[in-house]
Amino acid sequence: MEVLAEKGGEMKKAPLGPFLSVLSPAALQQFNQPFVVGEVSTPKGAVPQVSSRLTFRDHWGTFKARWGIRRMDYKIVPGLYALGNPDKESPVVVTANYKMSFDKLRGALGNHDAWILVLDTKGINVWCAAGKGTFGTEELIFRLKITGLEKIVHHRNLILPQLAAPGVSAHEVKKQSGFTVHYGPIKATDLPLYLKRGLRATPEMRQKTFSFLERLVLVPIELIKALQIVFIAALLLLLLGLIRNKGAFNMTDPHNVFLPILSLLWSVLWGAVLFPLFLPFLPGRAFSTKGIFLGIIAVTVFSLISLNYIDSTIENVLSLNLVMLAAITYLAMNFTGASTFTSLSGVRKEMRWALPLEIALGVFGSILWFFSFLTA
Amino acid sequence: MKRKLVYLKNVTTLSFKENKCLGCGMCLEVCPQGVFTRRNGKVEVSFRDYCMECGACAMNCPTEALSVKKGVGCAAAIINGFLKRKGTHCCTLTPEGEGGKGNATPCC
Repeated sequence: MEVLAEKGGEMKKAPLGPFLSVLSPAALQQFNQPFVVGEVSTPKGAVPQVSSRLTFRDHWGTFKARWGIRRMDYKIVPGLYALGNPDKESPVVVTANYKMSFDKLRGALGNHDAWILVLDTKGINVWCAAGKGTFGTEELIFRLKITGLEKIVHHRNLILPQLAAPGVSAHEVKKQSGFTVHYGPIKATDLPLYLKRGLRATPEMRQKTFSFLERLVLVPIELIKALQIVFIAALLLLLLGLIRNKGAFNMTDPHNVFLPILSLLWSVLWGAVLFPLFLPFLPGRAFSTKGIFLGIIAVTVFSLISLNYIDSTIENVLSLNLVMLAAITYLAMNFTGASTFTSLSGVRKEMRWALPLEIALGVFGSILWFFSFLTA
Repeated sequence: MKRKLVYLKNVTTLSFKENKCLGCGMCLEVCPQGVFTRRNGKVEVSFRDYCMECGACAMNCPTEALSVKKGVGCAAAIINGFLKRKGTHCCTLTPEGEGGKGNATPCC
């Protein structure tokens, strides 16, 4: 069992079956994962068996990844897996080796017996990996070859997620491997119906949606990323307060350092939380335009509160307004990357005006605040 | 509530050469945005502004009737590209060594 120890990570030993003794180190790693429940024997040796029932551990992993905890290292060993008890006629579904993609797939398949071919996408989800080409024709052909799938199933059909299509060329796969690529639905949850309909998707299955819930699950990671920057800025501000402590830590003093920290947190609330949620209802097409709109609401509310309830000066609030507007617009613009319908040409176009504007607002606002802080 | 989210007008680099099209319908199948429709057996680009340049159609068009400058509509990627950041940074625009090893810049 030297090999198992070498890999590190999960040290739980998988129960050794009759086939395991002849497996390669890579295949052993595949078995040595906590979600593997058994093995299925095939002409190409033992294949790790998984269940469609997700455990607490799986859900917890998803939750952590959503919050950015070990998100870049949330992967499984690529290769072939058996869901339930598949045989020579069972369908083959292909996915990425991002654990969340794999879990969503097997969770959706319920009582189906199927082969799951997991490609090495470096732990990245299907759509992003397809965009980069890691979920691609080449990797698919390679994975087919080393798993010996043609010896394991009689048919020559592969079901790929539709969102893998930017990276995979179906006719090339056919030419090079003999396997026919069938693009399944976008959502794994539509797979049972797709299978039942004889590998035919409904038009709805083929359209990428960006519903409230789909936007909501993206909020934690946006929040964490933004808060990391705010954290550094807050430390700098506190340091600045220490250097010049005249009223800097006194909330009732107009030139305290807490107000700018609060304004940054306020920006994060609007830019990273409310922006994704309100996205479809904000005016304009460019995300930055939508962001400016939301930003104006945010700074208006902030100004009313701080001028009425906290002792602060007009120039102080004004300078912070500029910084907040810059931050919210920037966060809004940045959400293009998480959204499902923005194009590279479009983002380039909007950035040409939005980025200079954000930098100008941010720099000007900061300088203004700094001077009012110094001259207080 | 269902509302079609549409991004900027007249920006997509999608191009369609009708004379090369065999009408196989792969583009209709892979497009996640519903850009294409079929009328009288012929494929048409009916909703150009829905295109997000993912490149799925071009990749799966057997006759190269479709082409598009493929990319991710991601501001962070553009900034990273501009700053020439690679490797540890999340999105980049030009993964070095197409499909090769070491170009995996995790993200999205």
